Amino acid sequence: MDAFLHQVLAGLATGGIYASLALALVMIYQSTHLVNFAQGEMAMFATYFAWSLINAGVPYWPAFFLTVIFAFVLGVVIERVVIRPVENAPVLAVVVVFIALLVILNSVTGWIFSYTIKTFPSPFPAEPIFGKYMSAHEAGAIGVTLVVLTLLYLFFRYTPLGLAMRAAAQNPDSARLVGIRVGWMLALGWGLAAAIGGIAGMMVAPIVYLDPNMMGGILLYAFAAALVGGIDSPGGAVLGGFMVGVLENVLGAFVIGNELKLVVALVLIIGVLTVKPSGFFGKVFVTRV
Amino acid sequence: MAALLEVADMHAAYGPTRVLHGISFSMQEGTITTLLGANGAGKTTTLRALCAMVKTRGEIRFAGQRIDGRATEDIVRLGVAHVPDGRGTFVNLTTEENLRLGAYVRKDRGGIDADLERVFGYFPRLKERRAQQAGTLSGGEQQMLAVSRALMLRPRLMLLDEPSFGLAPLIVKELFGILRTVNQKEKVSMLVVEQNAAMALDLADHAYLIETGRVVLSGTAADIKRDDNVRRSYLGY
Repeated sequence: MDAFLHQVLAGLATGGIYASLALALVMIYQSTHLVNFAQGEMAMFATYFAWSLINAGVPYWPAFFLTVIFAFVLGVVIERVVIRPVENAPVLAVVVVFIALLVILNSVTGWIFSYTIKTFPSPFPAEPIFGKYMSAHEAGAIGVTLVVLTLLYLFFRYTPLGLAMRAAAQNPDSARLVGIRVGWMLALGWGLAAAIGGIAGMMVAPIVYLDPNMMGGILLYAFAAALVGGIDSPGGAVLGGFMVGVLENVLGAFVIGNELKLVVALVLIIGVLTVKPSGFFGKVFVTRV
Repeated sequence: MAALLEVADMHAAYGPTRVLHGISFSMQEGTITTLLGANGAGKTTTLRALCAMVKTRGEIRFAGQRIDGRATEDIVRLGVAHVPDGRGTFVNLTTEENLRLGAYVRKDRGGIDADLERVFGYFPRLKERRAQQAGTLSGGEQQMLAVSRALMLRPRLMLLDEPSFGLAPLIVKELFGILRTVNQKEKVSMLVVEQNAAMALDLADHAYLIETGRVVLSGTAADIKRDDNVRRSYLGY
């Protein structure tokens, strides 16, 4: 029972990270109707930025916030420079751009920082809290995730800018007609998604260690989480993230073993797509002709 | 007196398909002008062209300033509110959020709250539906919402694209009554595109008849109503 509880709690910690990244995917999906395959590598790149700062002697929390800003700017620049020109291009062209971004970020990071695995510090103490059930980093990561999610919710729900971003993603034509600068709203969305990803990267790096391929598996879980929740539902994606985290951990520990954990994500992706493509909270899309 | 809106030799095309072939018209501040014409005459395209929603050539002046070539977002900031074809509802947002978006470019928070009450005064039904998802409103309610959203801008000029489309006759009557009130009380000028020529001519001061992307007839609404050809082709008696 103790072991089980431990696995569930650890699952919640990684689940929070999947939830953040899944939310980033959903945010981009809502405005582009595409999954940004480079979301994980953008997060990884930001995490390397944090690592460089910390290595250069910057204390953890200032480095953390500088990285969030860096990731935000990175996201905005990527949207303006790379995504903008293919805005009206066919779906496959955009997908190729996303994959190219993934490969470029991955290789450039490897080139700058080498492919050797690095440790990444945690801002939280090493001794476990809540008895033996949970490490302080896991508890801290859940806390950070919840703070980020709450802030995002408040931003989108209660500020005029958040409302304008939602409007721009939903109905760009009508948004322009009320004076919203839709292009900038999309760029802002990319910035926010990248910033969330950066935070997820910094929270997961102490667990999986830092290397250019660290986000590959995590993006897969995040994708599964987004699909389980419904790819167009932010709340669903967050819930899906926690579900996938717990499921992955518990199944990995007791049922299928750690080596087959990633299969959980793949089975979920295929299962959801075949049985309930709209996910638990997504809308069923009907196109009228 | 200079015209509020002056359009000279405006051309517009969707890709290779040319829709407007040098349309010219003007309207005075404070008036209601209507553009009449059959399906495909270019009425909707004219309104879209005024807001830079379609590629255009030609000269458009609003309150003396050239606005052709400007971005839609900037034209809105001059006080041009567009009630688009199909209503343009933000279906996943609440009624109130839709209305607040209408005032997006305004900075006076207190004024926005007061205006929210003002449009609820015109359309009490929207107040009841305030927290409801706009996509669940009926067609008539969504049209009221579209008009209200435009009013939230406190516009100088409202462009209305087929406000009567798909509405029950009683609701059309109510809506047109409110448009007239808004025009008279708040001095909002209106450019109305309509297929329902009889309703539009009753509402408007001036009318232009458009055929295949050109103005073929213009005059006061009363004169146009008496024109034999208009009567036969558009009014049906």
